[in-house]
Amino acid sequence: MTALLSVRDLSKHFRGLAAVSRVNFDVNSGEIFAIIGPNGAGKTTLFNMIAGAMPPNGGTITFAGEQIGGLRSDEIARRGIGRTFQVVKPFPALTVEDNVVIGALMRTNSLSDARTTASEILTKLDLIAKRDQIASSLTLPDRKRLEVARALATKPKLLLLDEVMAGLRPTETDRIVAILRDLNKTGLTILLIEHVMRAVTALASRILVLHHGAAIAQGTPEHVLRDPAVIESYLGAEAL
Amino acid sequence: MTNIWYHTNWRGKAICLLLLLAFVAAPIVADRYLLSVLILVFYFAYLGHAWNLLMGFAGQLSLGHALYLGLGAYTATALWTLFGVGPWIGVFIAIPVAAAAGMLVGWLGWRFAIEGVYFALLTIAFAEFTRIGFDHLGITGASAGLFLSVSSEGADKWWNLGGGPLLYYYISLILAVAATVLVAGLRQSSLGYRWLAVREDPEAAQAVGINIFRARMIAMLISSSMTAVGGVFYGFYYRNLFPSQVFDIGRSIELILAPIIGGLGTIFGPVVGAIILTPLGEGLTGLMQSLGINAPGAKLIFYGIMLMIIISLRPDGVWPWLARQMGLNGSRK
Repeated sequence: MTALLSVRDLSKHFRGLAAVSRVNFDVNSGEIFAIIGPNGAGKTTLFNMIAGAMPPNGGTITFAGEQIGGLRSDEIARRGIGRTFQVVKPFPALTVEDNVVIGALMRTNSLSDARTTASEILTKLDLIAKRDQIASSLTLPDRKRLEVARALATKPKLLLLDEVMAGLRPTETDRIVAILRDLNKTGLTILLIEHVMRAVTALASRILVLHHGAAIAQGTPEHVLRDPAVIESYLGAEAL
Repeated sequence: MTNIWYHTNWRGKAICLLLLLAFVAAPIVADRYLLSVLILVFYFAYLGHAWNLLMGFAGQLSLGHALYLGLGAYTATALWTLFGVGPWIGVFIAIPVAAAAGMLVGWLGWRFAIEGVYFALLTIAFAEFTRIGFDHLGITGASAGLFLSVSSEGADKWWNLGGGPLLYYYISLILAVAATVLVAGLRQSSLGYRWLAVREDPEAAQAVGINIFRARMIAMLISSSMTAVGGVFYGFYYRNLFPSQVFDIGRSIELILAPIIGGLGTIFGPVVGAIILTPLGEGLTGLMQSLGINAPGAKLIFYGIMLMIIISLRPDGVWPWLARQMGLNGSRK
């Protein structure tokens, strides 16, 4: 397996605070890779650097053989990285369908092609019945799926998911888990930040644990979740 | 456009065609005064479209569109009075002049992340110092103004944009219709969707591969170019230009009222807004005159009150509500 995404010594400082310091990991083509860690561990900062929302202070990010660290987020999106936002950002006044059409327009200038892509994806994500609703009128679980749908419409090679399960009920979590598994089977590589361990263990082939901006453990779920350092800093003593 | 036309129900098509036919035939029955009011309706519908493209679609507030209006007006009229270059050629020089100014304002604002209210302030500043500049520009008459002779040779010919009210009536009608068609086409294009995305959430728009700087610059390019054409019309219709009038912030404000009242970001909002607002404003002026009251600010106060009433009753503007009342589909557009 070859690494689709390769992160080396990646660092980000906000004034004196090291939000992310010298983090290394590889995401292989076709896998589901999870990043976990307590609040404030630097997960979203790490994500934002990969997606181009903020430039790194040091280190490199290589995607499909190309250096992407410091590029603008639209340039990175065009290279094949789709993302969702932790605090959902649908285009509020537009319909569900138009939200996804805008994503699809990244790969085509034809509106009818974009609409076809959009309705395929909306069907896949169980949103097709709500295609004419205004995005701001959706419930949180629907908005989270809309974020995923819009990102998928850009036909990414790598999908970055920032806590898409947070705030969902277990049945809704299971539904998204099933959808993500299906997407992964079609060849999509997924990098996710998640607090819901139920989803992480169900999906991830490998896990990276961040704590105070540094990677404290990395490996398969069985290995990582038994690591004493991880249990102490994140999972809590009761997990022992 | 074809798409919108195709998706509009028969009722919408009928109303659209009837209205157009009525406007085309209006000069048969309308007197000079009514024609002059309708010219203003079309003029404000046209400029409303230009501004709405930038604000309603791309989400960028400009309170300095008088800059592009004034540059368009001054460029074409100065070319005519100084060099004898007719307006039909002059307009193609006026457009790049105003568009260059628009690009400069846009580049300064968006390249350096001056957003929202601060961007609006930047647009006001540019219009204001251009006004001051023209106040001291001797070649265009400085603050004493630039006048188009009505008696010089060829001044009353249509190819020099001179003539009676009918000429201006049909030119303003064509401008308004053409702008509506253009805006409808852009709204339904991939560019139009990108603008909406940038307006709704710039960060999310970038995450789906949209170059937000470029999208905004294109909106500015089209908006300032369209406004410049309106300026050429303004210059040759009124046949006199004063920096203190044409570059005034009042100009910038009056041209944004129709789209706000009609419905920001809608295709027919600027048209509906202009049809509602302009006759009321002109009627008020007429009434004041016949009563012998001299209150030059009355119209602006009236516009202000209208704006407050309509925005409090119909925050999305009149058009989306009106379209629903008339049973037209696509009221959001």
